[in-house]
Amino acid sequence: MSPLVGQTINLLAAILLMLSFAMISQRRILSLIHLFTAQGVTLVAATLLVGYATHQPHLYISAGITLALKVILIPLLLHRVIARLDVRWDVETLINIPTTMIIGIALVIFAFNLALPISKLSVSIARGTLGIALACVLLSFMMMITRSKAVPQVIGFLSMENGLFFAATSATYGMPMVVELGIALDVLVGILIFGVFMFHIREQFDSLDIRHLEKLKDD
Amino acid sequence: METLLFVLGIPLFGSLVLAFTGQRDIAREINVAFSLATFIATCVLTGEVISGGPIFAWHREFFIDPLNVFLVTLTAFVGLTTAIFSRPYMRIERDHGKMTPTRLRLYHSMYQLFSCTMLVALTTNNLGILWVAMEAATLTTVLLVSVYRTPASLEAAWKYFILCGVGIAQALFGTVLLYMAAEKVVGVDGGALLWTNLAAVKGRLDPGIITLAFAFLFIGYGTKVGLVPMHNWLPDAHAEGPTPVSAVLSGLLLNVAVYALLRCKVLTDGALESNLAGQLMMGFGLLSVVIAAFFLSRQKDVKRMFAYSSIEHMGLITFAFGMGGPIATYAGLLHMTVHSLIKSAIFFAVGHATQKAGTQIMSDIRGLIKVSPTVGWGMMLGSLAILGMPPFGVFASEFLILTTAMREQPWATPFLLLALGVAFAAVFSRVQPMVFGETTVKPLAHPPALLPVFIHLGLGLMLGLYIPPYLDAWYRQAARLMMGA
Repeated sequence: MSPLVGQTINLLAAILLMLSFAMISQRRILSLIHLFTAQGVTLVAATLLVGYATHQPHLYISAGITLALKVILIPLLLHRVIARLDVRWDVETLINIPTTMIIGIALVIFAFNLALPISKLSVSIARGTLGIALACVLLSFMMMITRSKAVPQVIGFLSMENGLFFAATSATYGMPMVVELGIALDVLVGILIFGVFMFHIREQFDSLDIRHLEKLKDD
Repeated sequence: METLLFVLGIPLFGSLVLAFTGQRDIAREINVAFSLATFIATCVLTGEVISGGPIFAWHREFFIDPLNVFLVTLTAFVGLTTAIFSRPYMRIERDHGKMTPTRLRLYHSMYQLFSCTMLVALTTNNLGILWVAMEAATLTTVLLVSVYRTPASLEAAWKYFILCGVGIAQALFGTVLLYMAAEKVVGVDGGALLWTNLAAVKGRLDPGIITLAFAFLFIGYGTKVGLVPMHNWLPDAHAEGPTPVSAVLSGLLLNVAVYALLRCKVLTDGALESNLAGQLMMGFGLLSVVIAAFFLSRQKDVKRMFAYSSIEHMGLITFAFGMGGPIATYAGLLHMTVHSLIKSAIFFAVGHATQKAGTQIMSDIRGLIKVSPTVGWGMMLGSLAILGMPPFGVFASEFLILTTAMREQPWATPFLLLALGVAFAAVFSRVQPMVFGETTVKPLAHPPALLPVFIHLGLGLMLGLYIPPYLDAWYRQAARLMMGA
């Protein structure tokens, strides 16, 4: 395996992390979906490259699933949902964006420290990227916490799944095929349920603001 | 192997059939029929395991061993009794206008699919498939919780979806790390996610990776168990969904999540010198018991109150498994069984009580025993049983857990006793006026299904007085398995 391939995978990992930061700082839902699609494309490229470098043909299949699901199908569904709900110009975060960015940097440092001892033990070519994958997961997690609207929360959830998928490809050579298919199915069903839910929430509350969903409390 | 195909195939086929016929009157009976068929299949499977020992199927991807066999039977049994209970319950809900034909179809189809996902989670040998099945079980129950489409039920379902989705994503990361550790020992093609393979090489797994993996797995599956502080979804989901769903959530899904945690604990214990898994489980288990007991006393909604009681009992079970050792593990398994039986019985009684009163607020439900003595007694006896009164089975398991705690973890005993005392006072003082006193409730249009309540209570009583020898042998074998033998 040439050092070029390893370097390219590291580059793709860096792009993935950058896209995660871009998602945190993005206020517009439409741009969020574009960023999510870009993340999907990066993921496909990384998976293909790892598959090529390590001669693991099943990674091509999993790249294909990712392409179909995360680059084509899910963005398409999200576009349709926001068009029908007319929420393209949604602009709210619970914490202001510079503060989130600083917390995000702290999270990345934390993730790198956590993954450092483990990365050394990995036999995979892309071992340095485990920290980045964990950082992406934590950043998406934070995005879900800081957004008060339903659609950005869902995109955060999906982006977290991207991070996990990247971890599976970079730390190991991808999960066994049957497991990957199962995960893909769960994600697909999950996003369909999310879509249906958004219409119900909108119908019941006249808004997609999650802050309406705080009635159930222990008093 | 063929039997296992039936066990998993019948509910899957049932969900397909009910997806087309679920809105008809006969759908309630079809639902019962499929649940009965599943239960019979699991009984045959159990017979095969008793006579022939553990079974592997389909390239070792699925297996039945002493730890999961009794949970499979229990799941199918409670699935059946809940289907029987849901027959008159859903009829009354439809007459009250809360269930439309579309919702009934969704409900029946998802009920069977939910049974299927739980059985897959229990029987699979592959930790990746275990994760997929747990996530699928979450998705089906999200639909079940939101089936009334009221603002409150949508809120509960959304919270459940987001919290459990995020939680269980952590478990996926843990699974990836576990796979990474195993791959180095057994190789890429060695079936590195199969639990039996991992258990065979657990001493050689890298301790650093396993520590981190268990931390993530614990957060992930712990969210699903309902451990404090990841428990916020649980009371909402229990209170806002239909009562049969509350019964299977409490009685079955939480058990399956505990089971997933146990499988991971066995591997972690084998790989690490320290007792990290046990300490984490003891700590969070104890925290859940104490916090849930105090929250119990503040509830106004009857289903919320019993949901907190489930958190308390799950905490107790987690604590017992955390202590480890043959007696505590045995007690934990016994407690899983009796809690599942008695908590679902309580939810059956509560379901009919709330239908009679037209509300879930406890102060508005009074004097059940005057209108229908069976519902009243079912609720009273169920509450006494779950609070640990002898001679019910919960007393036996709690007694074992407490005495073991006194011997091995004396520092925890005062907290446990305090929590159990607070829970007793809280639940008993609420249930007593609901059952006795002047009545406000109306009789129901259709006769309620109380057979399941008393079958469950009867079984709970039996397990307190006498544990059949084969069940005893399973618990012992499972306990040995969990201690790494």
